[in-house]
Amino acid sequence: MVSKGKSKEVAKVEGKPAGIKGREIMLITGNHAASYAVKASRVQVVSAYPITPQSPVVEKLSEFIEDGEMDARMIRVESEQSAMASLISASTTGVRVFTATSSHGLLFMHEQLAWAAGTRLPIVMCIVTRAIGAPWSVWTDHQDAVSQRDTGWMQIFCEDNQEIYDTVIEAFKIAEDERVYLPVAVCFDGYILSHTIMPVELLSQAEVDKFLPPFKSHLMISKSMDDPIGLNPVTVPDPREGFPAYMELRHRMQQALERSIAVMEEAEGQFGKLSGRNHGGAVRGYRLDDADVAIVGMGSCSSQAKTAIEALRASGIKAGVLTVRLFRPFPKQRVRDALKHVSTVVVFDRDVAYGLEGALCAETKVALYNAPKPPYIHGFIVGLGGRDFTTDHVIQGTKMVVAMAKNKEIHDETTWLGLMEGE
Amino acid sequence: MVNSRDPKSTIAAVQHPTEGEAGNTGTWRTFKPVIDERKCILMKSPKARCHKCWLYCPEAMVTRTRPPKILEYCKGCGICAAECTHKAITMEKE
Amino acid sequence: MEGTSITRADELPEEELMLAGNRSCAGCSMSLIYRMALKALGKDTILTVPASCLTVLHGLYHKTSVALNVIHTTFETTAASASGIVAALEVLGLDKKITVVGFAGDGGTSDIGIQGLSGAAERNTNFIYACYDNEMYSNTGTQRSGQTPYMAYTTTTPHGKIEHKKNIPMIMLAHNIPYIATACASYPLDVYNKFKRAKQFKGTRYIHLLAPCPPGWGFQTEETIEVGKLAVKTGIFPVYEIIDGKMLLSKESEPCLDPKKRSPVADYMKRQSRFKHVSQQHIDTYQEYVNGQWDFISKML
Repeated sequence: MVSKGKSKEVAKVEGKPAGIKGREIMLITGNHAASYAVKASRVQVVSAYPITPQSPVVEKLSEFIEDGEMDARMIRVESEQSAMASLISASTTGVRVFTATSSHGLLFMHEQLAWAAGTRLPIVMCIVTRAIGAPWSVWTDHQDAVSQRDTGWMQIFCEDNQEIYDTVIEAFKIAEDERVYLPVAVCFDGYILSHTIMPVELLSQAEVDKFLPPFKSHLMISKSMDDPIGLNPVTVPDPREGFPAYMELRHRMQQALERSIAVMEEAEGQFGKLSGRNHGGAVRGYRLDDADVAIVGMGSCSSQAKTAIEALRASGIKAGVLTVRLFRPFPKQRVRDALKHVSTVVVFDRDVAYGLEGALCAETKVALYNAPKPPYIHGFIVGLGGRDFTTDHVIQGTKMVVAMAKNKEIHDETTWLGLMEGE
Repeated sequence: MVNSRDPKSTIAAVQHPTEGEAGNTGTWRTFKPVIDERKCILMKSPKARCHKCWLYCPEAMVTRTRPPKILEYCKGCGICAAECTHKAITMEKE
Repeated sequence: MEGTSITRADELPEEELMLAGNRSCAGCSMSLIYRMALKALGKDTILTVPASCLTVLHGLYHKTSVALNVIHTTFETTAASASGIVAALEVLGLDKKITVVGFAGDGGTSDIGIQGLSGAAERNTNFIYACYDNEMYSNTGTQRSGQTPYMAYTTTTPHGKIEHKKNIPMIMLAHNIPYIATACASYPLDVYNKFKRAKQFKGTRYIHLLAPCPPGWGFQTEETIEVGKLAVKTGIFPVYEIIDGKMLLSKESEPCLDPKKRSPVADYMKRQSRFKHVSQQHIDTYQEYVNGQWDFISKML
């Protein structure tokens, strides 16, 4: 039986229990995979502002809430800045919260992102990645998420809709872990995932409830009205009366980020046992174990890279893919360990740290710098503003780097693939 | 276990209510209010319910008692003296 | 004003939720306003306060002088922050028990914060928004705000502000919210009564409070109450309520309906050094403006 959805979403194929009671397989977009995960995670307050290509995430949540399928409130705020600001205080009041945004919406929240992280709030947000202007582009690249990497938020990049669903649920678990207490951004490519339909297995509510206990945080002021506090007052440079000052609190945030890698892997393991799906933790390899050349990418760059491996191997280049799933904190040791046996590394960035180079490439170099046998590494800028990043680009780029590696060439200027002829 | 009162485990800037947050603000003042009980209407008339000095003090550093008393943290702004209908308060150099 | 309003100081609750020895200036009218507001609001209140002088009153980490739950936020997000608290309380079933109050200065309300305020009001968010108006960006050192009056000196209008004050209560009227009020720090019982009154309504309630500032406006600390009273007696700051769109003049402003009973604006301006450079022409312009304001109010009543 196929039921008509209220939005443009398509088929709900019922009667496919996938062998486990209460589960359901649905054909849904990445955006809706996120929505279903938010519903399953029993989020209590959603506050969001529409922006292409994120809007369906929130539209679906509005349906759930208004149909009574979610016991939650939606604040239809007048801007993204207000979205994050309202979630900061809602979370502090004592409820599980969520938002989603893209591109300029994310940028408009920038101030609040820093505030949320500094307050150590377990907020979860989906970033449906999209290019940043000027000029306008509604299409995907990773610039928006990457540009916020210094705010203190965790960032996890997904490659398919199942991973989006699973990761959103895991994100709450990681964020609310006492060793972490950090906000988490689950990032996925606009249009490529957000608007593409794939089969997604939804867990039963009982299973999710087992994995994700009721909301608990270090700040839940509605539950302590008789022990009132002021949150986020002015601090002075130096410690007073034995209490930490600004620098110590920031140090503790950085430490939490460093600890969070292990917590993420632990949560992943628990989720894996429950669902039968383990997405690999901070990084995962594809045909990497016996590879000589590693291709590194996040999100759609990683999925695209995998399509080129067969052809590369056929042409004599023993390539494999390292998917960086956890971008923040940057898992330096995991990256270094995963790449210790390769001689050459090719990085594809769907973003630019302008004035430097692709952020993933730069940070991979940071991880590799002190490796006992650092490989040759070079990166490419690809697929900005929705420009196609193709299998051919992967092959072409990898072959270029293999050639450069022979002569250990130094290239400080960035290399871009897929530009128009004559550029 | 995160405890905002414990310097070691606290992770966010949480402030707890206390008197004298700004230290002894009484040291800010140059002039101190002095209440002349002979002029204070609360003392002259047992039925009077004035308490204007208590009312207008920005920080309740005048007590709502008969007679009113000036508290230690008084910053010496002089509003109580200015507003007292019966001119029972004068600001005197300390 | 209907309902139980108090008329004597001893009818106020005695308990101080603002503790002794806070960081506000001597003679600060914001401090007096806050003291009265907190008495009216009581312990079952969660406040949200943006970057402002009020932040300073709350004190430095790790201590505070205010015995209530307060969330400090960035400058522009008071109303959005309050919206979040309200939504959370509604989900938790605590919204009838706990009052949510946003307490901001004029900068955070009329300028950088107006988007959020408009949005929250348009959604008729169930909270009280209080603006203590010292007519400039005090906390950063007395720069001009949209609330700075005509010809007032500020550090960014050293020759006097050319524009008139932005009328926020009228902007709130356009949002169709159930309760709007103005009050002046110089009438503390009225401040208390209006917060108490606001608590009786559901939806967005807006209170605009005049907060004379000794260092910012240029008068002695003991003159705070008197300067505020002059603002009202001259008709410069009208004191009223608007309940479901209907304006009710408060007794403090009733005399001002009669132009002969309004004190001349010069009486007010000459008391403050922020107006010391004004010419007779400026005074005349200002007087005309205030007269026009009262023509408008008479039509509204």
